[in-house]
Amino acid sequence: MIVGLDVGGTHIDAVIIEHGNIIDTVKRPVNRDDLFESIWTTLETLFSRHDKTKIERVNLSTTISTNAIVEKKTSPVGMVIQSGPGLPNDYLACGDENVFISGYVDHRGKLVQDFNLKEIQKAIDLFKKRDIRCCAVVTKFCTRNFNHELKIKKLLDKHFPSITMGHTLSGKLNFPRRVFTSYLNAATYDIFKEFADNIKKSMEQEGINAPLFILKADGGTTSLSAATDRPVETILSGPAASFMGINAMLNTNKDALLLDIGGTTTDIFFLADGVPLFEPLGIEIGSYKTLVRAIYIHSIGLGGDSSIHVENGQLIIGPTREGPPYALGGPKPTPTDALIALGLMKIGNRDKAIEAIQGLSQKLNLSLEDTAQKILDTMGDIIKGRVDALLVQINSKPVYTLKELLYGKKIKPHLINIIGGPAKYMKPVLEKKFNLPCYFPKHYHVANAIGAALARITTDITMVADTSQGVLSVPEMGIYEKISGNYGLESARERAIKLLIERAVYLGAYQDELETEIIEESSFNMVRGFFTSGKNIRIKTQIKPGLIYELKGDKDD
Amino acid sequence: MIKAKNKLGLVFFPAFDWAISSTHPEREERLLYTQDQIFEEGIEDIEGIYFYNPIIAAEKDIQRVHFCVPDVKSRLTQSHYISAGGAIKAFEAVINGDVDKAFALVRPPGHHAQRVVYGDRGFCIINIEGVMLERIRQKNKDLRVAIIDTDCHHGDGTQDIYWNDKNTLFISLHQDGRTLYPGTGFLDESGGPGAYGYNINIPLPPGTGDEGFLYVLDNVVLPILDEYKPDIIVNSAGQDNHYTDPLTNMNFSAQGYAKLNDRLNPDIAVLEGGYSIEGALPYINLGIILAMAGIDYSHVKEPDYDKDKLKQPPDITEYIKKLSDTVYKRWQKRETLRADIIKGYDNIQRTRQIYYDTDGILENQTQNFKICRKCSGVNTIDSQSDTGYHIFAITIPLDACSDCVDHGYRLYKNTSKSDYSNIYLQDRVNDMFFSK
Ligand SMILES: [Zn+2]
Ligand SMILES: [Zn+2]
Repeated sequence: MIVGLDVGGTHIDAVIIEHGNIIDTVKRPVNRDDLFESIWTTLETLFSRHDKTKIERVNLSTTISTNAIVEKKTSPVGMVIQSGPGLPNDYLACGDENVFISGYVDHRGKLVQDFNLKEIQKAIDLFKKRDIRCCAVVTKFCTRNFNHELKIKKLLDKHFPSITMGHTLSGKLNFPRRVFTSYLNAATYDIFKEFADNIKKSMEQEGINAPLFILKADGGTTSLSAATDRPVETILSGPAASFMGINAMLNTNKDALLLDIGGTTTDIFFLADGVPLFEPLGIEIGSYKTLVRAIYIHSIGLGGDSSIHVENGQLIIGPTREGPPYALGGPKPTPTDALIALGLMKIGNRDKAIEAIQGLSQKLNLSLEDTAQKILDTMGDIIKGRVDALLVQINSKPVYTLKELLYGKKIKPHLINIIGGPAKYMKPVLEKKFNLPCYFPKHYHVANAIGAALARITTDITMVADTSQGVLSVPEMGIYEKISGNYGLESARERAIKLLIERAVYLGAYQDELETEIIEESSFNMVRGFFTSGKNIRIKTQIKPGLIYELKGDKDD
Repeated sequence: MIKAKNKLGLVFFPAFDWAISSTHPEREERLLYTQDQIFEEGIEDIEGIYFYNPIIAAEKDIQRVHFCVPDVKSRLTQSHYISAGGAIKAFEAVINGDVDKAFALVRPPGHHAQRVVYGDRGFCIINIEGVMLERIRQKNKDLRVAIIDTDCHHGDGTQDIYWNDKNTLFISLHQDGRTLYPGTGFLDESGGPGAYGYNINIPLPPGTGDEGFLYVLDNVVLPILDEYKPDIIVNSAGQDNHYTDPLTNMNFSAQGYAKLNDRLNPDIAVLEGGYSIEGALPYINLGIILAMAGIDYSHVKEPDYDKDKLKQPPDITEYIKKLSDTVYKRWQKRETLRADIIKGYDNIQRTRQIYYDTDGILENQTQNFKICRKCSGVNTIDSQSDTGYHIFAITIPLDACSDCVDHGYRLYKNTSKSDYSNIYLQDRVNDMFFSK
């Protein structure tokens, strides 16, 4: 049995899945002031109805870190930033105290100038004076050489309980994002640690030995202890949960458009040959652009509760929600009212819904039915327009080789998978607008909890092997090792896969989840003075994102 | 977050899977470290900076500028269509108003590619700025453009293409041709009869540093641009004047390049040469990007930058001052100088020998410029290469009068195939190209 739980804005959903079948679900309201309490009582309800010893794992999609960031309830952070030459650095001051230090390494990781010990002492004094517990150390090009980060961490270690090093969070090059990601990681450390300790203790008391995993924004999971070190990876896992849920219920290996039509917003996702499309660099939260790997998501202000009005004879839906539908006591007509008025949805006061839609039909000079239909059509048009624009953007993402430019993969959806309240009624509309088959699953109301339950471990590593320097590095794993001059792409590939598996196992992956793949590789001949001096090999590998298994028989047609 | 003052378009296309040969300076690795620097600095997250992929230039785009022998298809590789397409994309982004400025970081370069193309010279086969500009010009016929070539080598290809075009002012700053490939670019190479004085060469002595380049910019280039009043300024942005470049002998720095672009304020920059791929390009490119975007570039610095070591010696400073004075005076006297040159002639000829260093081809050619009072005149090229071709190429320029259009077609009709291996007609007025 696998337990999946997702914390939403208003409700917590939990499911138990056994042999690919949902055997129980629980829905409870969220108490945002005591998230742990809400989560635990939901789990307890579920546990009490089943044989606890048969639970194999518990997967949680929480909003602990996200809420802390959004509600500004994070811990104060002391930042040590080595920005080297380049862009001005003042805008990187994201911590409660920020100390910019001298020294730097260049783009190949070669040491150009050392930092000054006095600057670190100054930082320690400053942070202590402010009672700061959580620090982050980030240096430019630390992904190529993180020696300065290690040295500085050692100096800070005995003074502060938590020190985040930039290179441990991502192997991607983007210094400003690495600074912000490190900041957020340090800032959420305390609050997530408290949650992790609580949940661990409660699980022990309940007598549940099953491993516990936390969902990440990339639709994969990580062990509770790894999440404690890198809480920033757990932010914004909600949409990833729904996304994985849709995939669990409606699996495909084609290019697909995935839609989650909710009350306030519609979330748009894509699959390329059945594989999730990711944000190119990382997720954005608040004003912070990060390197946290995340599923590509685009939200538009369009949902069942969006307010509708008529402007110059034009029907305008959204982008705001001013309350519940008119039929449920809200202030404005909504798409849900249209569905109720048509008799399709049987909730609320139908007379009220008719009244609301009639108000619009008079202005549009249409019949009630035509107005209601026009509302659904307009929603379809809005979604189609946005999806088309997004695809143009996605399909023109920068490429760097002739091969990619001439023959690179372009996403072209062959089908639409959709969840959410109005999903059933939007299906025919979307099929017509997109001229594509559209599917919705039976259990869409708990898609997020299902997604959390069936998500498996994901991780990725970035390797650079520079044979002219004789160095191989994998920053995320803290690897910086010597290699021989004749090290080649083949050895690098093997090493990268081996390290990836090592890391996945460390994060709690099961043997059958170790589906590895190389997502990028290149090997450059390095020439100095007209002679080959070495090779610059770059490899990215990942555990293929995916599901523990698909849900059985859950298509509507 | 950082915001760009000027909306800047970047066409960054390092062509990581293309090289002239594996140890050639123009190889896969060339923009690798530039990419690393651009990525690590987070340029893609700067508000107001937009990345574009190149488009792929068409055969027709090449034929507006070049006579490829025997034809376009046999001379070009995919990389050339894409490199030129990158420059076109940059220009389009500006002309369509999507961005204020654009920088095409593409390869291979193009400024050594002349009108006739038998092969590769100076790592160039087609002139990417020329192909870019003439495509845009087909729809914007009166566009006045100034191309400022800041590559260390003389931009002899661009000079050849715009030799007789008054609507394109070409200024090349380069290391003196007596000391560096291609051995041209002297003061008296001033242009054909239709554009005499609008081709300006500023041959600088080896050892010229930031001070010298910026002196020439402030005292020659900017004053001339003030008078010429171009609609568009293009920087042919070679980066081999850098003090670490392996092929040249200058002392320009990343700060220098950034300041130059800041003051020159080009609408479009296109990467040309520059082969110090690790110690110079990442910093120069970053400097140019920031300068064009209007972002503080004062912290951009090479790891080994040493201000004192790079200080320009006083004799070079003195030489450059005198040179600048001479160049500027020639510009002011251009009409008088032109009158002297064309007095009593109906046609002006120039005969040259052209060496294709990359491919080892030797070409002998004579260009003939008809002097027309109504337009810049039909011109022809009679050219022979040691690869066995003997071609005759006719160009009807964009501003040709109807007499010159007729004249061009008559010439094409009346030139006999028995005298030449290939005969070409480039009709810019009707945007047509013929060969027989
Ligand atoms: Zn050059
Ligand atoms: Zn004429």
